[in-house]
Order: sequence, then structure tokens, then C-alpha cells
Amino acid sequence: MSEAKPSNGNKQRTIFICQGTGCVSGKSFELTEALKKAIEELGLQGVNVDFTGCHGFCEQGPVAIVEPEGIFYAQVTVADAREIVESHLRDGKPVERLFYKDPVSGEAIPYHKDIKFYSMQQRIILRNCGRLNPERIEDYMATGGYESLKKCLKEMTPEEVIDEIKRSGLRGRGGAGFPTGMKWEFCRNATGEPKYMICNADEGDPGAFMDRSTMEGDPHTVIEGMTIAAYAIGASEGYIYIRAEYPLAVKRVRLAIRQAEEKGFLGDNIHGSDFSLHMHVKEGAGAFVCGEETALMASIEGKRGMPRSRPPFPATSGLWGKPSNINNVKSLATVPVIIAKGADWYAATGTERSKGTCVFALTGKIANSGLIEVPMGIPLRKIIYEIGGGIPGGKKFKAVQTGGPSGGCLPESYLDQPVDYESLAAAGSMMGSGGMVVMDEETCMVDVARYFLSFTQAESCGKCVPCRIGTKQMLDILERICRGEGKPDDIDLLQQLGENIKAGSLCQLGQTAPNPVLTTLRYFREEYEAHINEKRCPALSCTKLISFYILPDKCQGCGICARNCPSECIIGDKRMVHVIDQDKCVRCGTCLEVCPERFGAVVKVSAEEVDVPSEPIPVKEKPKAAAASPGE
Amino acid sequence: MIPLAKDNLTKADVQDKLEEIFSRYKGEKQELIPILQETQAQFRYLPAAAMREIARFLRMAESTIYGVSTFYAQFKLTPLGKKVIRVCRGTACHVRGSAKVLAEIEKQLGLKAGETTEDLEYTLETVACIGACALAPTMTIDSETYGKMTTKKVAEVLGVRSKAE
Repeated sequence: MSEAKPSNGNKQRTIFICQGTGCVSGKSFELTEALKKAIEELGLQGVNVDFTGCHGFCEQGPVAIVEPEGIFYAQVTVADAREIVESHLRDGKPVERLFYKDPVSGEAIPYHKDIKFYSMQQRIILRNCGRLNPERIEDYMATGGYESLKKCLKEMTPEEVIDEIKRSGLRGRGGAGFPTGMKWEFCRNATGEPKYMICNADEGDPGAFMDRSTMEGDPHTVIEGMTIAAYAIGASEGYIYIRAEYPLAVKRVRLAIRQAEEKGFLGDNIHGSDFSLHMHVKEGAGAFVCGEETALMASIEGKRGMPRSRPPFPATSGLWGKPSNINNVKSLATVPVIIAKGADWYAATGTERSKGTCVFALTGKIANSGLIEVPMGIPLRKIIYEIGGGIPGGKKFKAVQTGGPSGGCLPESYLDQPVDYESLAAAGSMMGSGGMVVMDEETCMVDVARYFLSFTQAESCGKCVPCRIGTKQMLDILERICRGEGKPDDIDLLQQLGENIKAGSLCQLGQTAPNPVLTTLRYFREEYEAHINEKRCPALSCTKLISFYILPDKCQGCGICARNCPSECIIGDKRMVHVIDQDKCVRCGTCLEVCPERFGAVVKVSAEEVDVPSEPIPVKEKPKAAAASPGE
Repeated sequence: MIPLAKDNLTKADVQDKLEEIFSRYKGEKQELIPILQETQAQFRYLPAAAMREIARFLRMAESTIYGVSTFYAQFKLTPLGKKVIRVCRGTACHVRGSAKVLAEIEKQLGLKAGETTEDLEYTLETVACIGACALAPTMTIDSETYGKMTTKKVAEVLGVRSKAE
């Protein structure tokens, strides 16, 4: 390669910056500008700066990829822009210090395709996320986008489209897993005009962000899938219901609709056929229950988003009492691929009853947090240890929570179970929206159950008694247990309440709200018993049940704990062993965090007393060699 | 019951802004939520006088407007602070210590979640999930997102804001 003419070979190179929400919060807008500026200042030719939607590897954000070589840069800051441009784009020397480092081997990996987080995935729904500019319809069309719609309109009858989807085995990716083709067929066969096609993008589960990333990274696939669905059921109006908390998704979907209208993929007489579809965006207003389909429709109608009993199902009487079909973002994003590649191709991936791929938001105590897409049936162990890179900090795995507030916590013994709708349900959890939160030994399972209940309790719409009052009772009990005020019969009471709420609630919110409690009771009962009987939190997490002590044989009297203690409850002096006033301590753990690692003098215990002096005493003199210098 | 703001605003105070909003709508019942969203964007909360005018425009009972406004978490009946701080309490953030981050912010601002400072500078809220779970724990100040928060970073994040003014 000639160094004098870096742009020789006429090779166009592009550096793609991720502008998904995660990377934007890491200042990727500013990074994009800084790269453009550096390229301009150096007068480089044949180098473009472009952006994409979410790459999924948000933990490493902001991320950038240089194509065509496929060099992947992690955690890039504005300050790195100049070096990337000079060293890599001008001189052809990639910036090694910005390569991704494998959390297990510590090895620096230059190429995107070699990173385990990516190489073990199989991307269908997220196929374009991170690979094209989501604000340009031409980019989507260049990948074959909107060809599936054309194929449906020109070559297939609505019945044939439904049949193809049915044969593919696609099931609703919103969580319940109802066969998508059947749902379409019910609506197609329902009488009444007009019919409505609705996309449920009210991703409310805490810990799930795949719908957001799909809309931000590849909005056109959602629109194309939705248009195909509308053609299949005979709908003339479409609504995309997006959470207002997702402003970037709202913006990109609105833009995509406008572009699709300009190209004639939406509007009247699409592709010269007699099929017309008008699409609208409705912004949610912050109510978790609106993810439930009847509540969502009430919300579109401008009412309080409260669910109603079914039947009648939306397919016969939905929005404004008309036949309506509602699908999740991911289900719709899959549709164009099934039409393009065929039902048999799609059905070849996955398990007997769960076909295709599923997207998980892998978060919590895991090395590689982010969005992953894997074939149905993959064992949890593979997701957590190979793609996820295991638990950071040498900690021990305790549980994995799937399905958000409606799902459950599964213990280590389930790690080799295949992930699909049936096996997760059999374990007491569910697929749900795809949240997958990994928990380690420091996570208290009683606290996790309490956390989820506090969420569902606050989000209960209040229409039916079991959910409104039942979840309140369960939450009260859990809070009491976490405070160390649990009673021996609380476990039975929780079990009973949970089963009754599941059986008696009107909608999925109430019917699934007890799951986190019931699964933790099933798999982590001993933690409840420790809290209730011994007033002990085994994970050392519940503040009312833990205490901190400073070990006299380790404390060197440096005073850093006392200076940082927010409640000023640590007494001591230079070269004096410090002492925590247990009555004043708020158990924030700051002393443990700041105590220098080489001393390690602060310990956290539960239901245990540590023998420490009641007043500061002089620091024990150490043998010379080991004497450490005090202070920081 | 959630109280209305004691703001003494009258119809005349809200009319101009509302007329401008209403001009984009047909006056159909389904338009209630978008109209409330635009109204809140204008006033930073829903003044009682505005809610009355919306009821008239949509020919709906005032109680229905109140019912919808109080059902959805997005709508506020009392003024928000100039800066709205939202601490994510989603699952991923929870297991990575968002409760401590929230407690630290509460301490530094002397506010509890859901409250606004008397000088209307800050409002502190919690939010169920902002969908940036890989950066947990997260918080936002207005439209800025801050990831991988720690109690130590709180002062810096709040401090940066006050210096920038």
C-alpha cells in the first residue's frame, strides 16, 4: 500500500457509528461530527462517515465499524476520533487500543465477525440493525427491502400469504406465543369494515429494549411487515403504538412512514394494486398495562388504557368495535424475511414447536450486555457463558430472570434447558418480551421478587380486585420479609395469594404478576426461610439485615472510610483502628467501597456479629516489610 | 385523589396556546391523548383551565379528562421543575445498584422521588425502564442519558449541569 496516496485503489471506505439510544448516551452524535471534522481537516478522499441503528453491543458503546474490512471499535470517545482517522483511515494502521477485548481470554479482537458476542448469533429480526442507515429508505431497499411486499401484492393472494406464515410456524414474539398466521386468519375471516392492523410497540417490560432497537435501527422492516399483514387480513388503516419514552424510535418510524409513502409503498393503490393502507403513529403515555392488546386499543381510542374481558377477541371486535389484528414489532420484522426466503427456510431453524429465532436483551450481572438474537432451543448456558461472556468479577451465577415482571427466575439447574416457549413455561417462567437479566450471588432473590411486585403493583390498572388488592398484599408481605419482619406462615400465604391472583385476574398483567414470587419460592425457598427465620440475607443485600464492621487486625487507620461516610458514623484517628457506630450506620456500603484493596479492612455480614473494639485503638504494628503507607 | 395545580390560570391565560394546538385536530374523542401531550409540552404540566378547555373542544366530561390525565404516568397536574431528572428503576438497573444511585440523588437534592424543588429548578422522578439496560444503572436529565452510574458519579453529573448554566 502506498503511503503517499492513502486513497489509492479507489476503495471507498465507510466508518459506521452506532446511533442507537445506548451509544447516543455515550455521545455518538458528537463522535460522528468529530470524525467528519477530522476527515475534512486532513483532506482524506474516499472515506465516508455514516451512522446505523443499534448494533446490540450497547455495553461496549459507542461502537464504530469500518467497512469493508469490518474492523470493530469499542467504547470510542470524541477524543479518539482524530487517531482513528489519522492512523487507520489515512495510514492504514488500525487503532489497537480501541479493539474489543474478550472478557474471558483478555485477547484484543479486531474484526467484528470474530467477536463471540456476534459470531454465535443468528440474526433474522435484527438482520439490518447496525448494518444500514435507518433514516434512508434506499439503504433498506438495497438489501431487498419492500420486495416481499411487492411479491405479496403481485404474486400472492391474501390467503396464500396467511398460509405461508402459518407454515413457517411463526409465533407471536410479544410473549404469549400465539401462532401469527392463525391470528391473521381469524381477522381475515371476521366480518366488518374497516379492519385495523396494529403494531404493538409499547415495550414496557423493564429490562427489554429489542423493540426499541428494531424500530431505531431498521424501521422499514417493521413497516413492510405490517403492510404485508394488513394486506393479508384486509386492513386499510394501520396504527403503530409506541411508548412515549422512546422518542428516537418515534422519530425514525415517522420518518420511515413518510419515505414509504413517497415511494408508494404506503397510501392508496400500493404497487398499482387495489390495496391501500394508511399508517398512523400513536404515542403511549406511560402505562405498562397498555401492552395488553385490549388496553392498547382503549388507549388508541383516547380512553384510559384498561383491559376488558375477552371474548370478544380483537379479531372480531377490536379497535372501535371493528375486526383488528395486533402483532408485536419483532413478529412483524420477521414477516418480510419469511416471504422472501419461504416458510420452509424459516421453519428449519428452531425447535419442534418454536420456530425461528428469538431476541433477548441480555443484561444484569453479565460481561457482554446487549441485544442478541439466537435460534429457538439454544441452551441458556450457551447464551450466558459463550455469548454473554459469563459473570464479571469472578462472581458465581445464581439465577437468570426471563420474561420481565411476568416471568420467573430460573436457577443453575435449568442452564442446560433449551430456550423456547414450552420449556420456559414448564419451568414457571415465560418467554415474554425477551428480557433476560442475569443475577449473581450478590443478588437477593427475595428482593428481586419484591422489586418485580412493586413494579406490577404500581402498574396495576385497578379494574379487577385480585390484581389491585392481591398484588398490594403480596408486596406488603415481601417488604416486611426484606425488613426482617417476616412471619413463619408468610411463605404459605404468598403461595396461596399468588395462585389466586393468577387464577382470578382479568388480564395478563395480573395473571402473570405473581410469577417472579412463585418461581423464587420454588427455586430459592431457602433464601426466604433465612430472611424469615434467621433474619439473615444470604446475598448480603437487604439493608435492614446487614451490617458493616472494620476489622481491627486489618485497619491501618488511614481514615478514608471516615472521610467518605455520608452519615459520619465512623470514628477514629490517624493510625487508630476505626470503628463504625452501628446505631448511626445507614448501611450504604461506602466504607467497603473506599477501603483500599490492600487493606480490605471492611466486612459486610448478615445476622452475625464481628468482634471489634467499641472504641478506636492504636493500629497494631506490622512487621516492617508489610508496613503500608497510610492515607491515599 | 391527585390534586389540581393551584395556579390561578384562567381561560384567557391558556387560550392562545390551546387554539394553536386545537387547529391541528378535528375535535374527535380519540384525539384526547395527543392533545394532552401537546398541552403538557406547552405548559410543562396540565393546568386545570386547559383541561376544562380541552373538555369543551372534545365535547367530553371534565371528569373524563381528569380520569385519563391521572391514569397515564406521563401527565402531570402540577408544574415540573426546569430540569427533570429521571432515575431508571428497571430490572437491569436494579440489580446493578440503581436504588443507591437514587438515594444519593435524593440526598444531594434534598428531594424524594416524585417531588419538585420549591424553586421549580428540579423534579426528581423514577422511570420503569428507559431501554438502555446495557448501560445500567442509568439516569436522564431532560433528554440527556447518563449510563453506568455510581454514587460517586452523581455529584459530577448533577454538578456538570449546574456549571453549564
